[in-house]
Amino acid sequence: MIAATGTAFRLIVHGDPALLEIVLLSLRVSLSAVAVATFVGLPCGAALALGRFPGRGAVVVALNAMMGLPPVVVGLVVYLMLSRSGPLGVLGILFTPRAMIVAQTVLVTPIIAALSRQVIEDLWEEYREHLQSLGVTTGRAVLTLLWDGRFRLLTTILAGVGRAMAEVGSIIIVGGNIAGVTRTMTTAIALETSRGDLTLAMGLGIILLILTVLINAGAHVAGTIARQPVG
Amino acid sequence: MHNGIPILPLCVEDLVYIAGGRRLIDGISAAITGGSRTMILGPNGAGKSLFLRLCHGLLQPASGRVEWVGRRGAGGSEPVRHRQAMVFQHPVVLRRSVVANITYALSARRVPNGRRRQLAEEALERMGLLALAGRQAGVLSGGERQRLALAAAWALRPEVLFLDEPTANLDPAATREVELAIADFHAAGTKIMMTTHDLGQARRLADEVVFLFKGRLLEQTPADEFFCQARSPEARAFVAGELVW
Repeated sequence: MIAATGTAFRLIVHGDPALLEIVLLSLRVSLSAVAVATFVGLPCGAALALGRFPGRGAVVVALNAMMGLPPVVVGLVVYLMLSRSGPLGVLGILFTPRAMIVAQTVLVTPIIAALSRQVIEDLWEEYREHLQSLGVTTGRAVLTLLWDGRFRLLTTILAGVGRAMAEVGSIIIVGGNIAGVTRTMTTAIALETSRGDLTLAMGLGIILLILTVLINAGAHVAGTIARQPVG
Repeated sequence: MHNGIPILPLCVEDLVYIAGGRRLIDGISAAITGGSRTMILGPNGAGKSLFLRLCHGLLQPASGRVEWVGRRGAGGSEPVRHRQAMVFQHPVVLRRSVVANITYALSARRVPNGRRRQLAEEALERMGLLALAGRQAGVLSGGERQRLALAAAWALRPEVLFLDEPTANLDPAATREVELAIADFHAAGTKIMMTTHDLGQARRLADEVVFLFKGRLLEQTPADEFFCQARSPEARAFVAGELVW
């Protein structure tokens, strides 16, 4: 264990190319997924926060429940959609990083939508009468809420990043953990551990932990700013 | 200070507002004319704040009408809301700088970008807040927040200013500042419509009193008459400080 950790640190310090490639692919997949999820999730959250329609409560409950989607189930469904006989099989992206981005987007979008819905709704509660009194249009109100809630919304996006970075179940199914193509930190750790190559697994594990700490530190800072009266 | 066709007088007809199955505003009719300061008085739960919000259009009545008679048939593309402003009991400040709170309000009212900064600074100066212009609005005290709300209203140059218990959470010094600001609005020709539960304040500020009781309008009387010899027994008891509910 100690020897493995030592070797792992050497791999990190020397910038081992195989390790670097895996880390970069992980970041590429997860950050792309979060970018798409933010693009889709924030407007959904805002619409749900301000909109009043029959069945809204059920949608909110369903969305909150979807924050806990089991990654392996998402992976399975996306796999079936993208497999050659599936409805999106013509795209031919199964076992590519794109398929992994799709799966993680499905996982992260409900998280960002549900959390941002709460943030925007709280702020709307506070601002509503003032903005209505000023005669602000709904579109303008949404932009105002997104801007004034930006630090709190950033914490929801970082929650999405954390989820995507740590997740293994869906991307191992749709990506296949192919060396040099779809091998990410989490899938590599799963594979190397089962193969008994603990060194690379430990190195990747350390990097993953450091990234997780950094993401959470970022979320903490954003949250602190948001709670201040200036946020 | 106003341009264009005035929106006043305000004519309210058979206004009803229902929430949770209760008629919280129960058939109010009134004509509100310009120039004077109208205080809306009544015990807690009389519907003062609801009445103000219905007049301002923040709430929609279950039945009845709120009509700005000045606009009848006159057309005009500018919404009547744009000729009004409202100051709330708990002033809402946007998470921006003090001056940006006002320029935001001006942009919402489609004031050209080039004029916003100057109007905002003018309004801040009048409310004694110019030194705080660059400060984040969230760090202001309760009294300063209320003055910021008044400054934003001042910058909008409203024809009608609604104030809902604007001094309920303020200490005497801050209350005095708000009352002075209301006097400024009045002097500038802005119609004042205000709720308060402070009878002393009502005596200081009112030209006319609208007395509400259990969602009904019991009387609309010139202020001196109201405080000396109100017409309804409920209002007389209210002025005398007795429990009327």
